[in-house]
Amino acid sequence: MSGIVSIRNLRKSYGTFEALKGIDLDIAEGEVVCVVGPSGSGKSTLIRCINRLEDFARESTITVDGIPVQPGPALAKVRAEVGMVFQSFNLFPHLTVRRNVMLAPMRVRGTSTAEAADRADVLLRRVGIYEQADKYPAFLSGGQQQRVAIARALAMEPRVMLFDEPTSALDPEMVGEVLDVMKQLAGTGVTMIVVTHEMGFARQVADRVLFMDGGEVIETGPPEQIFSNPTEARTQYFLSAVLNH
Amino acid sequence: MEIFDTFFNMEVLLRAFPMLMKGLWVMLQLGLVSIVAGLILGLGLALVRLYAPRPAQLMARVYIDVFRSLPLLVLLIIVYYALPFVGLRLSPFWSAMSALTLVSGAYTAEIYRAGIQAIPHGQFEASAALGLSYRHTMVDVILPQAVKIVIPPLTNNSINVIKDTALASVVAMPDLLKQATQAQALAANPSPLIGAAVIYVMFLWPAVAAVSRLERRFGAGER
Repeated sequence: MSGIVSIRNLRKSYGTFEALKGIDLDIAEGEVVCVVGPSGSGKSTLIRCINRLEDFARESTITVDGIPVQPGPALAKVRAEVGMVFQSFNLFPHLTVRRNVMLAPMRVRGTSTAEAADRADVLLRRVGIYEQADKYPAFLSGGQQQRVAIARALAMEPRVMLFDEPTSALDPEMVGEVLDVMKQLAGTGVTMIVVTHEMGFARQVADRVLFMDGGEVIETGPPEQIFSNPTEARTQYFLSAVLNH
Repeated sequence: MEIFDTFFNMEVLLRAFPMLMKGLWVMLQLGLVSIVAGLILGLGLALVRLYAPRPAQLMARVYIDVFRSLPLLVLLIIVYYALPFVGLRLSPFWSAMSALTLVSGAYTAEIYRAGIQAIPHGQFEASAALGLSYRHTMVDVILPQAVKIVIPPLTNNSINVIKDTALASVVAMPDLLKQATQAQALAANPSPLIGAAVIYVMFLWPAVAAVSRLERRFGAGER
């Protein structure tokens, strides 16, 4: 089984610093994978390689739904199939919430305005932001903005959703509303790869947890194994640091 | 009142008025055409300078730097008096328009570049992640945001272009200044020059004030 996302020997360096030291990973359709680990461990870099927001070494290969993630015309196809949610939301500030969600389907898929608007409203209802559809992002709270960002990514009907620390920039009281939307999404069978520091979410929602450190995958397994029974010393050390404070 | 008869001679001014109006019309035509052409040229140059392959980037950069260091008056005189030697003979209007556009394009290119570079990197990443093409990223995401940032400096640059149309009088363009100097010669009285100065100020003062207002509004943080 090679999975919807297939990563072979993924390497990336910044100058002499090796951010990713040869990662192999297969993700099955519908799987929810949480990537955890200390900052600087390469987790964000890993998922940013999947839609090639980061370049990676030539000997490395990533395929999404069988399409190689390489510069060129096929890259747009990959990116249309892979949704991404950023730590800093990155909503388009000059467009209303609804227009934020409508833009990509209209421009990339050629969806009509009316159809894109209908679809946007459905998604905005789903993430609980429909009442704010005509507002500009700056008038929304961080949690609301991040939910819009999720709706915007979903509007492309992606096969895979990448979440790059989606709650790290949020005030604590808003983390829950975003995680709830993500939980609900996980239940719909979308493939999700989530870089997160929310261990409770990982434990509850993930099918598989990946622990990374120093540009390598140190340990991987179902959440109960990683959280209750980690075998690697580095995993144990990291978890005791984040869970007992 | 000697000074009024000399500088604010109503009789002379009234007689010069039709000439000044003709000059004003030429100034506006020349100014507007050059501004629009400069805006388009500048946008092209800025995009080339930022995103084209290396050699093209370098050429855009050289162009921008050369035309920002070359005095407009020198360029204008070269276009009008030197180019005919290689067979390129432009009318006063087109000479002035080319010179103004070439220089204005260089300045606006730098303004656009600064505006585009002021857009957070996350906007490009979000666009890329959604699968938007380069063209759509620019047209739908980056430029609409950059425009707000660049409107005050672009307005400023447009004011400069209008002011610089006065230089066209040296290539026999019947612009406002030329008309005023001719009226002055006819009447043997400098009042038309003062009249021209007043017209320049009347036209450009509101524009200058608008720039300050725009800077306050767009500088206030909401983007």
